[in-house]
Amino acid sequence: MQQFSMRYIFGFCALICLVCSLMISVVTVALREKQEINRHLDKQVAVLRTAWLVSPDEKPSPEQVAELFKNIRVHVIDITTGEPAEGVTPETFDDAKAPTIPVTENGPGMPEVPKLVRIYEILDEQGKTKEFILPIVGKGLWSTMRGFLALDADGNTIQGLSFYEHGETPGLGGEVDNPRWKELWKGRKAYDSNGNVAIKVRKGPAGPPDQNPYEVDGLSGATLTSRGVTNTLQFWLADQGLGKFIEKHIRNAGKGV
Amino acid sequence: MALGKKERLALLDPLVNNNPITLQMLGICSALAVTTRLSTAIVMSIAVTLVTGFSSMAVSLVRNYTPPSIRIIVQLSIIASLVIITDQILRAFLFDISKQLSVYVGLIITNCIVMGRAEGYAMQNPPLLSFLDGIGNGAGYSLILLTVGVIRELFGSGRLLGFTVLKSVNEGGWYEPNGLMLLAPSAFFLIAGIIFIVRLTHPEQQEHA
Repeated sequence: MQQFSMRYIFGFCALICLVCSLMISVVTVALREKQEINRHLDKQVAVLRTAWLVSPDEKPSPEQVAELFKNIRVHVIDITTGEPAEGVTPETFDDAKAPTIPVTENGPGMPEVPKLVRIYEILDEQGKTKEFILPIVGKGLWSTMRGFLALDADGNTIQGLSFYEHGETPGLGGEVDNPRWKELWKGRKAYDSNGNVAIKVRKGPAGPPDQNPYEVDGLSGATLTSRGVTNTLQFWLADQGLGKFIEKHIRNAGKGV
Repeated sequence: MALGKKERLALLDPLVNNNPITLQMLGICSALAVTTRLSTAIVMSIAVTLVTGFSSMAVSLVRNYTPPSIRIIVQLSIIASLVIITDQILRAFLFDISKQLSVYVGLIITNCIVMGRAEGYAMQNPPLLSFLDGIGNGAGYSLILLTVGVIRELFGSGRLLGFTVLKSVNEGGWYEPNGLMLLAPSAFFLIAGIIFIVRLTHPEQQEHA
């Protein structure tokens, strides 16, 4: 067998690494823009699905999405104050560079959360506010789950919930994507009569919303994912999350932002 | 391009006679994970085939310059780079499918077939032969993956490529979907069944205790 000197071995390694990293860099840089467009579109479709403007099986084209988004007003909100964030507009706001609130301040079971978030205000044909699509981020069993909650203009009735990004077990926790489970959220109430966050996922079946407005069926075989969904909603509906915004601009004002 | 006997053997032998899944028992893990739907199985098949082909070719190109002491890590770097590139391309052009495949695209790196062909074949053979061997093994893997994918999607959800074939009870039809088909164990049973059939028709593949 041929003998290789130490210097050759290191040189060879360096060369291979250089060639490989060059290839990867070129591909990544060349495709970044296209990936960004995809990601952006995916998020917009998730907003539309949460609002039931697009059915779960439907795959809208970019033009359809743009058309539907004409009836949606986007706001950037600072969750610590509940007011529109100063110095940013939805057009210039870059989610990836937004400031975050560190994990240590968010209580158990919550990941790092963004300080500034995009809120989507859905308008009906007359231009009146119909509902708000609020972003939510939380932890499931395995993964950080990102999704949206559709809250009615009354600031209490939930119209929909969906996750566009998660890594839960397919068939168990992954059933958060199941359209039939998502249907169950329609018409539940987020807050009880004292204004405390009441909505949660229970173990077992919960019955229809008029009998049991504060609970939703648990996902069988996915207790920890279900608990994660509860934690996530309790965080985002409380003052730590979007509670201040909901209080000031949805429930009390009733006139939108 | 006319292929010589050796080339043809490298390309076609892995389809049945030396199939990576049924004979070599490699790459079972991803065969379980991505076959609940046919569309993901197809994309995964293409990705693995291309990665195996090109990584074998690249490993073979540098085989005479690679110091034996670091050959595995060199192979891994090449494979990992190709997989990252594949992942980036999927994210740019097939976003939905890449979301469904999620971690499994990245896990092609650990797919035993890719590494197995690089170490077992490409280190001893010239680039063209290695490339064909890689493509052939990828195709052999794909053959099993697609078979399993068709059966699982058809009987698990009554659809093929998302189109309804057997109308399920949930949608007002007559077919009661077989939930087992959507879970990983069903792929085990199916692959075992395929191996049984292959070894019945190719007795030389049977192992004697």
